[in-house]
Amino acid sequence: MTQIDFYTILPVSLLVVWACALLLVDLNITKERKGLTALLAAVGLAVTMGVALTQIGQNYTGFKGMVVLDGFSNFLNILFLLTGMFGIAVAIGYLKRMNLERGEYYVLMLFSVAGMMLMSQATDLIVTFLALELLSIPLYVLAAFAYSRTESAEAGIKYFLLGSYATGFVVFGIALTFGAAGTTSFAAIAAAVASGTATTSLLLAGSALILVGLGFKVAVVPFHMWTPDVYQGSPTSVTAFMAAGAKAAGFAALLRIFATVFPSLANDLMPVIAIISALTMILGNVTAIAQTNIKRMLAYSSIAQAGYILMAFVPFADKSIRLDSVSAGLFYLVAYTITSFGSWGVVMAMEKAEGRGLSIEDYAGLGRKYPLLAAAMTVFMLSLTGLPPTLGLIGKLYLFRAVMEGGVTWLALIGVLTSLISAFYYLRVIVVMYMKDGDPQPANETWLGLTIGACAVLTVIFSFIPQSLFAWASQAVLKLF
Amino acid sequence: MVPTNYYLALAAILFTMGAMGVLIRRNALVIFMSVELMLNAANLTFVTFARMYSTLNTTSVYNGQIFVFFVMTVAAAEVAVGLALIVAIFRNKQSIDVDQLNSLKG
Repeated sequence: MTQIDFYTILPVSLLVVWACALLLVDLNITKERKGLTALLAAVGLAVTMGVALTQIGQNYTGFKGMVVLDGFSNFLNILFLLTGMFGIAVAIGYLKRMNLERGEYYVLMLFSVAGMMLMSQATDLIVTFLALELLSIPLYVLAAFAYSRTESAEAGIKYFLLGSYATGFVVFGIALTFGAAGTTSFAAIAAAVASGTATTSLLLAGSALILVGLGFKVAVVPFHMWTPDVYQGSPTSVTAFMAAGAKAAGFAALLRIFATVFPSLANDLMPVIAIISALTMILGNVTAIAQTNIKRMLAYSSIAQAGYILMAFVPFADKSIRLDSVSAGLFYLVAYTITSFGSWGVVMAMEKAEGRGLSIEDYAGLGRKYPLLAAAMTVFMLSLTGLPPTLGLIGKLYLFRAVMEGGVTWLALIGVLTSLISAFYYLRVIVVMYMKDGDPQPANETWLGLTIGACAVLTVIFSFIPQSLFAWASQAVLKLF
Repeated sequence: MVPTNYYLALAAILFTMGAMGVLIRRNALVIFMSVELMLNAANLTFVTFARMYSTLNTTSVYNGQIFVFFVMTVAAAEVAVGLALIVAIFRNKQSIDVDQLNSLKG
């Protein structure tokens, strides 16, 4: 083991060590002062973020090709750390309000973020599998964090059973891929495929099973059934973290595996992915219309958004545009993460104990009484629909352009039509906020307010300078191919 | 020596049994056992392929065997979390029948 090995995984190991230490420190923090644990966890994330920022532009391979530090992993690590920080900022007040304040919450969150980061750095299927579990197992616990409430316990067990079911598929898929190529390293599998020594049928079955397993994690149709229940039942601070972070991590793994390991299968897999993407957009958006509970509506919306991100995989067979399409996918991932986190933040502000304050009707009158909160929610809803002046619009434009260039016009058309459908339920929230009278009483918490504000400002500002973000995203994926 | 295909066929049967079991059975514990069956089917596949490649290449391929250890460790971690969750749901509902997990609807 050399210094380079450790430098490659420095952010991940720093976070894991910090989380372990925090678990011990938390024992000595009294129940009234759990804010200190949150602060320490946030400091851990900030320090790791500092390290990750110094690693921008560096390229190293560690542990004999098991993990890698490149633009792609660096870009996503920064995104995951940001999600983690937001996740802690919104949780402080929310957990206190919901009487859930326990130190493990922050520690579990740190472990989960470490799993996400390892996932983006993995270049060996063994590491991908371990990272997937490091990310998922803490989330199972977090989903059931309010276990005395039936809904939360139920969300936890549903997430756990379906999550481990998905893991079964991933592991079996990895086993078949290993059988096809005789190795688990991404580079070696790609080399075996290129030289024709790999068994194509086994490889195809393996990649399909991995796609199914990761499809569960990112919640695409037909593997989405758990999402609405889990998102609705979990404490909202956990839902926000899951919807933004876990989904992005799943896509990170999908992108890296399918870009580096299975490019030769592109022609076989792409029609399947195109159909999954189309079904996801249609079903997610159409089902969301019927929802009256905002958590459930946003859950279906997150399913639909996964369909849009999946579009980035479709023009993959075409070498000339796959760089553009993957960058567009990464760009949309950032747009989605920031926007969805903000919208879940507003939901958290409006939520009352015992699961009240979660119906869309409860937002009536927000526009008049709390104009700032309503304005932020408006920005998020516009961005999720894909209307100006928001990041969501730019992200969709990049995606649709990549898909059109790839010659899959029908998919871009479905994307546009489903965006139109989605306008119905997103704009309904805005209409309720501004045109109905009511007496909303959102929570007044500094950190929550700051996070919502930061998300709203980022969503708007980045939409005016999308080029710089897109350039960073393309820089990040350049090394993948 | 037993041919590789026999092991692979057995692993495929075990995996299918596990995957079907999750869909068909209603008891959370049995579903959980079915998931474990899927993981063990994958383990059997790993070991089989590792042995196949070792006999083919003369140099040993350890990735498969090592992966099995990781899968077993992770499965143990999953058991710890999963059983705790099942206990939590039993305290709430006095039942671990997944058909009764119906408080979330829409």
